[in-house]
Amino acid sequence: MSQHEYYSLTVNGEQHIVQDAWIGESLLYVLRERLGLPGSKGACEQGECGSCTVYIDNAAVCSCLVLAATVVGSDIATVEGLNDDGSLTDVQEAFVTEGAVQCGFCTPGLVMAVHHLLEHNDSPNEQEVKEALSGNICRCTGYGRIFAAVESVISVRKSTAS
Amino acid sequence: MPVFIPTSLSEATDLLAAHPSAQLLTGGTDFMVEVNFNHRHPDTVLSLRKLTELQEWNIDHSSGLVHIGASVPYATMEHGELATALPALAEAARTVGSPQIRAAGSLGGNLGTCSPAGDSLPVLSALNATVHLISQTSQRTVPFADFMVGPKRNSKLPNEIITGVTIPMTTGWQGYAKVGVRNAMVISVASVCLAIHDNQVRVALGSVGPTIIRAKESELWINSLGLSQISEVTAREFGQRVSQESRPIDDHRSTAEYRRHAVGVLATRLLQRGISA
Repeated sequence: MSQHEYYSLTVNGEQHIVQDAWIGESLLYVLRERLGLPGSKGACEQGECGSCTVYIDNAAVCSCLVLAATVVGSDIATVEGLNDDGSLTDVQEAFVTEGAVQCGFCTPGLVMAVHHLLEHNDSPNEQEVKEALSGNICRCTGYGRIFAAVESVISVRKSTAS
Repeated sequence: MPVFIPTSLSEATDLLAAHPSAQLLTGGTDFMVEVNFNHRHPDTVLSLRKLTELQEWNIDHSSGLVHIGASVPYATMEHGELATALPALAEAARTVGSPQIRAAGSLGGNLGTCSPAGDSLPVLSALNATVHLISQTSQRTVPFADFMVGPKRNSKLPNEIITGVTIPMTTGWQGYAKVGVRNAMVISVASVCLAIHDNQVRVALGSVGPTIIRAKESELWINSLGLSQISEVTAREFGQRVSQESRPIDDHRSTAEYRRHAVGVLATRLLQRGISA
């Protein structure tokens, strides 16, 4: 299969046509500039900061390091698709209530990383949380409020499950 | 300017034969950085993402061989069966970038780029791994020592695709250590893999030479002493000898002097861990 003038991507369950794109465009660029999905943030564009984290076939990866035209046929999920109705998830609510958001630039990537962690491990210890978020850089909070938000989600989910 | 996404290995090798200058791409963690910063302008890309043959791995306990497909992500090597079979590879995998990078990066990418700082490469060297290559017309298997021929240079031909590696398990301890400027998300300043197989020590060095260096003289020296004779003093001398076999340079990440020192300290520590295990 080859792509020339256009290709289509499946983002948050919907098909999107990408037209007249340059071959070297990253998924981050295509999401933000061509598909109108600016939730994923572009900061370092070299895979260091995690602010562009999306899921591709359920793996959390940096969308700046994915050549967009190579993920035709993959399931792409962005922060915009976390809740179908666009309402805040429990992780997003906890970020707000625990003061884990300051400038907010890293927040979408962190929210994606936290959801990914809790989907695979519903009771991570402190070390596991730190390891899972080690690819997401925040320059404002010092991380304390972010870890508090994760702790809050874990305990609320546990208390509502029991 | 096409992007090809073949779904079988034969389709991939046919496409590569027709487009020998195509950029092979799996995770994108190296290549896309260069594209994003306008250092490279890809003309034709051959994505290996849909080749299931490259995503498979298996452990054959009867032969003692582990096969890992070129596109298997580092995340798969960090824990579980692969980590039990190849602890040094698991340790190296855990030091690669961040969780997001480890979900995308693979041995095929590390081998394709062949940077002296490639985290998995000292492991492939110390464990005597072989690299499998396929083209439209032939297949071959190359020992890692003959695969990496210089900084970012390997013996892969333009019409070949790296399909995977075969790594023999060791009868003894194996471990990996790396020095960088911080703990997470860092490129190595110096790295060492040490493995013990049939009571013979093997040691491979990363980021301290144009290629991964097997410290053969140091191996001969320590193996002539015998593992039971290793004391703190001999472990230190081993580190000094390993240092002398390194060939580091000054660059933007560190100095040759520091790298030479660090690689010796890492070798001493790994040897001490290995014999006390």
